[in-house]
Amino acid sequence: MDLFLYVWRQSGPEDKGSLEQYQARDISPDMSFLEMLDEVNEELTREGREPIAFDHDCREGICGSCSQVINGIPHGPQEKTTVCQLHMRHFRDGDTIYIEPWRARAFPVIKDLIVDRSSLDRIIQAGGYVSVHTGGVPDANAVLIPKTDAEKAMDAAECIGCGACVAACPNGSAMLFTAAKVTHLAMLPQGRVEAARRVCVMTEAMLREGFGNCSNHYECQSVCPKGIKVSFIAKLNREYLKSVADKP
Amino acid sequence: MAELTRSTVGRKIFMALTGWMMILFVAVHLLGNTTVYSGWINAYAERLHALPPLLWAYRLFMSVVVTVHIFFGIQLTLENRRAKPAPYFVKKHLRATFAGRTMIWSGTVIGGFLLFHLVHFTLQLIFPEHAANRNMDSAGRPDVLGMVIYSFQHLAVSCIYGIAVAALFLHLFHGVESSFQSFGLQSDRTQRFIVRAGAVAATVVASGYLSIPIAALLGILK
Ligand code: HEM
Ligand code: FES
Repeated sequence: MDLFLYVWRQSGPEDKGSLEQYQARDISPDMSFLEMLDEVNEELTREGREPIAFDHDCREGICGSCSQVINGIPHGPQEKTTVCQLHMRHFRDGDTIYIEPWRARAFPVIKDLIVDRSSLDRIIQAGGYVSVHTGGVPDANAVLIPKTDAEKAMDAAECIGCGACVAACPNGSAMLFTAAKVTHLAMLPQGRVEAARRVCVMTEAMLREGFGNCSNHYECQSVCPKGIKVSFIAKLNREYLKSVADKP
Repeated sequence: MAELTRSTVGRKIFMALTGWMMILFVAVHLLGNTTVYSGWINAYAERLHALPPLLWAYRLFMSVVVTVHIFFGIQLTLENRRAKPAPYFVKKHLRATFAGRTMIWSGTVIGGFLLFHLVHFTLQLIFPEHAANRNMDSAGRPDVLGMVIYSFQHLAVSCIYGIAVAALFLHLFHGVESSFQSFGLQSDRTQRFIVRAGAVAATVVASGYLSIPIAALLGILK
């Protein structure tokens, strides 16, 4: 199949950047979206032009590196799928495809489609960890955790930190990401101890990094490749209220 | 407390709390207004004004509520805009509604209308010759019903009320459901139901308010 691409090109953080038109020729429907871009880059390199810079690592949907807004949807049209796992059979011959980087103040563009997502790391650094002593590895079944709690923690832990929630949010908010981390740790006994402090410092860090506030639009849930639910944000809000109520 | 007013969650809780104070007001106000149909509105208005200290205490309380809501509403909206400086060339909204994305504008229309409404029916300065505090009914009470009917028979006045009701509909369409999320009061199971309940609440309130100018225009109110 042949495709017309409009790709965001920006030589560096200071550059203004613009959408450039490219053609992708002889693309197999079995290729992944990133392999399609690899083909385009091969051609650009052959012509002596600068290839399109984009983030990727595992290419199996678990690292959260790939980050492209495809035709107005972070990670493209297929639900619960990262860009690297999106295949060209979801497009038709002759389609026009717009490819843009994640857009948010907290995600400055480094080059072309690559943005700096270290702001998410700094939210984690603020409190997304357990620092109380939990002793050695406990015997199996020594610490009982209700099945539903364990499952909820595992669902939240599925977040791969790709930032699609921020890219989709009209407010550039990282609430879904933060809520997934807060819930993940608050559901388990080791994380529970610091839950009150954690929810406060992580949400503070989120604003400090230049992310917006949550207006409950729920765009984030629709694009999350791991199906993280906005009910985790409700959980974060409850954790916050609890932390306020428990304050001496 | 100071932390609450800076926190991203804290400020949303304030928005939702003050929003609910206003929802309760809007609901009770609508119930009161339906007395135009039974003809009891003059008696109702007289009772309402019978206890000035209580009335003024409530007015003061609501002024604080409205001010807090507007203050945080504008502050949050400005922060949110700043957090998304560069727009996409192509952006699809998968879930966000028109109502949700225009809260600041529906709110602004409601705020502007609130001022007009106070000048119109509280200060009674729009049609001074038909003001209730100058015209008594047969029982010697201020003739609120006469003032309401006279006002709404002007198409322009009814249109202003219509626009305000539309804005209120949009605001509640998103706001009711959104407040449950802000309070942390929903789950995967209840969310669909709450979204629908919010839409129903917005529709009931909007049709209730809209019915009064329409009834006046059609000459149903007497
Ligand atoms: C007076 C002018 C008003 C302005 C300027 C205004 C502004 C806003 C804004 C900007 C938001 C969204 C905040 C966000 O993005 O998170 C909001 C939410 C809300 N508003 Fe208003 N509003 C006004 C009046 C009202 C009235 C009269 C009601 C109720 C009858 C109301 C009820 C709500 C509710 C329930 C929410 C949802 C809170 C949440 O998301 O938790 N507002 N308002
Ligand atoms: S490259 Fe790792 S998730 Fe896509």
